[in-house]
Amino acid sequence: MAREITYRDALREALREEMYRDERVFLMGEDIGHYGGSYAVTRGFLQEFGPERVRDTPIAELGIVGAGIGAAIGGLRPVVEIMTINFSLLAIDQIVNHAAKLHYMFNGQFSAPVVIRTAAGFGQLGATHSQTFEHWYAHVPGLRVVMPAVPKDAKGFLKSAIRGNDPVIFIEHSLIYRNRGEVPDDEDFLLPLEGAEVRREGTDVTLVSWSRGYYLALGAAEELAREGIECEVIDLRVLRPLDLDTVVRSVQKTNRLVVVEEGWRTLAMGAEIAAAVQEQAFDYLDAPVARVGSLEVPMPYARNLERLVVPNKDRVVEAVRQVLYRRQSVSVS
Amino acid sequence: MAKPIVMPQMGYDMTEGTILRWLKREGERVERGEPIAEIETDKVNLEIESFDSGVLLQLVAQEGQTVPVGQPIAIIGEPGERVEAGTAPAVAAADGKARRHERAEQPVGVPVSEVTGAVGDRAPGERVRASPLVRRLAAEHGIDLSRLRGSGPGGRIVKEDLLPLIGRPAAVPEAAPVGVVTPVGPSVPVGPPPPEVAPAPVLLGLPEFELVDLSRMRQTIARRMAESHQQAPHFYVTTVVEMDAALALRQQINAEIEDDAEKVTVTDVLVKACALALRTHRGLNASIVGTQLRLYKRIDIAIAVAVENGLITPFIVDADHKPLGEIARISKDLIRRARTGELRPEEYQGGTFTVSNLGMYGLVEHFTAIINPPQAAILAVGSIVTEPVYRDDGTLVPAQRMRMTLSTDHRVADGVAAARFLAEVKHLLEHPLLLLVR
Repeated sequence: MAREITYRDALREALREEMYRDERVFLMGEDIGHYGGSYAVTRGFLQEFGPERVRDTPIAELGIVGAGIGAAIGGLRPVVEIMTINFSLLAIDQIVNHAAKLHYMFNGQFSAPVVIRTAAGFGQLGATHSQTFEHWYAHVPGLRVVMPAVPKDAKGFLKSAIRGNDPVIFIEHSLIYRNRGEVPDDEDFLLPLEGAEVRREGTDVTLVSWSRGYYLALGAAEELAREGIECEVIDLRVLRPLDLDTVVRSVQKTNRLVVVEEGWRTLAMGAEIAAAVQEQAFDYLDAPVARVGSLEVPMPYARNLERLVVPNKDRVVEAVRQVLYRRQSVSVS
Repeated sequence: MAKPIVMPQMGYDMTEGTILRWLKREGERVERGEPIAEIETDKVNLEIESFDSGVLLQLVAQEGQTVPVGQPIAIIGEPGERVEAGTAPAVAAADGKARRHERAEQPVGVPVSEVTGAVGDRAPGERVRASPLVRRLAAEHGIDLSRLRGSGPGGRIVKEDLLPLIGRPAAVPEAAPVGVVTPVGPSVPVGPPPPEVAPAPVLLGLPEFELVDLSRMRQTIARRMAESHQQAPHFYVTTVVEMDAALALRQQINAEIEDDAEKVTVTDVLVKACALALRTHRGLNASIVGTQLRLYKRIDIAIAVAVENGLITPFIVDADHKPLGEIARISKDLIRRARTGELRPEEYQGGTFTVSNLGMYGLVEHFTAIINPPQAAILAVGSIVTEPVYRDDGTLVPAQRMRMTLSTDHRVADGVAAARFLAEVKHLLEHPLLLLVR
């Protein structure tokens, strides 16, 4: 059996079930207790599980993540919440130099099975709170980086992340918490923390995205289908390890690739995917790989300007037409 | 002004030619129409002539070198003229285009896509722009990209431009060959399968083998027959013909004819019968082109001629209007020159219907043939066999009977049309005097 629930509820269920299942699991972060979390994921948890297991922390990301890593080494199963991915920059030394490397440097004597939950997103949050840094973490060996788009993945990934022994960067998105989707009724529903998924089959072009970008890609695919253009839509789901096989297989079929990402394109996921696809499927490409991303400026606060900066469905549609040579080349940012 | 002489396109499926021998040397004077080189194509060896008078300034291609159609093989100009680098490809392309136009005016044997798809006005020194996919497909199908103009940005040749020329969807990803064992160590990185497998692999379950390159002609046969069988839905109608009267007539004719070149063969009789039958069944003297049918206004009957390790189909133009003796004379000449490789492309590039007679090769009771594209039908003829036949009055008599099977492109015609045509051929063969009066 499966129920249709929101992305937020999928996360809440995953946390609750794992906290009941394993008493070593505890939560730590800014405003997660009394306030219930900036995106209300942990609302009511303090009352349900008590202050020992739902710990409000000072505004000190380096300390929060460091304490989480230490607790993980010590045998606990911490789920650390960084309010948004922008603030994770303060903790990046702990993530990159410690969480990612302990298992390797100590030859497996220690592991740091910490889950760092955080949220990407935008929406009049200003230049410093609207950024996209998933690829910064996907760059680092030793981390798993997941960015689920649908409630089922959100729940299955979070439960697997908590039970697994690897440090996991678990990135949510502020604009999809209310998206609904089917989730299996199973307290042991786990998803392996790897593998992209073809969510829509198509023959003419491959659209690769993840998190909220997946919905942009899907919207564009539905619009283009009315013109007879069939897009294959791949939800990348996990950014490290990156499932290139699924992308390459699809490109071998469609001969064209558009990567949709929310952040700046320079040195980002789309760049990596484009490079890998030309390495592995060069002879199958009928057009240069197109990347749709944000304009390369700090995010403006004004709503009208913000709309101009972030990628939207129309830009995805335009990029698809471009790789299909349906229209003269237009610059796509 | 110096201009290039390019590899001519001698027939619509010629994509390249090999210089066998130069007949002129660098610096030698050449008159318009004079042969300058012997080249080899998929099917024949032939001499190519200069379209201009002048001095051969430079032989660009060496003997033995294979050159794509439209690419320069030599530069011709005035004595002492300097050959400028970069001029050659541009003029070459323009010249190639002009020659294709000449061919396009011939109604038979030139697929539309080949003509319309090929537009080669590339600027001087401009490289061919093509997507990686297109380059791979072109290499696989032996298509010369320099003859195409792409529809992509900057003239890039893209998949859409190429598909009409190869006639199959290109998007099918190629799975790694099943059961192929490559000698690799245990630490193979996990990833997508390598696109190419090492040469000369060992195939599971199969003995060792050697790889033999196909001759140009075999490659052409393979490509055209596969294309025909994949694209044209074939159906087959078989009938049996009593050949006693036709054989008697043939004997009578040949007894009266002194010139061996004019002596009539069974194939000649078949050619005449098919040509006459097509007159009243025009629907089979046709080619399908997209949503249209080309009904040819002339009946050119091709005959399948076995040559060493291959097959070629020269044709007899306007066969229904030629007397048997003339058909005999022409077909003997075509067959002889087919076997010596002396046919000219215009003698085998075309034909509107084909007769394939295996009757002379022992006891071939019956067989089916693959349509010779872009034709609509082919008649496969077996051996003449003496068989007992009941006459209408109940008597049992020996008769010389022959089975023939018509393969028809179902896109062009249906069973009834094929049956009616075949009945007409049978009627003509069983009443062979009609072959003399019509």
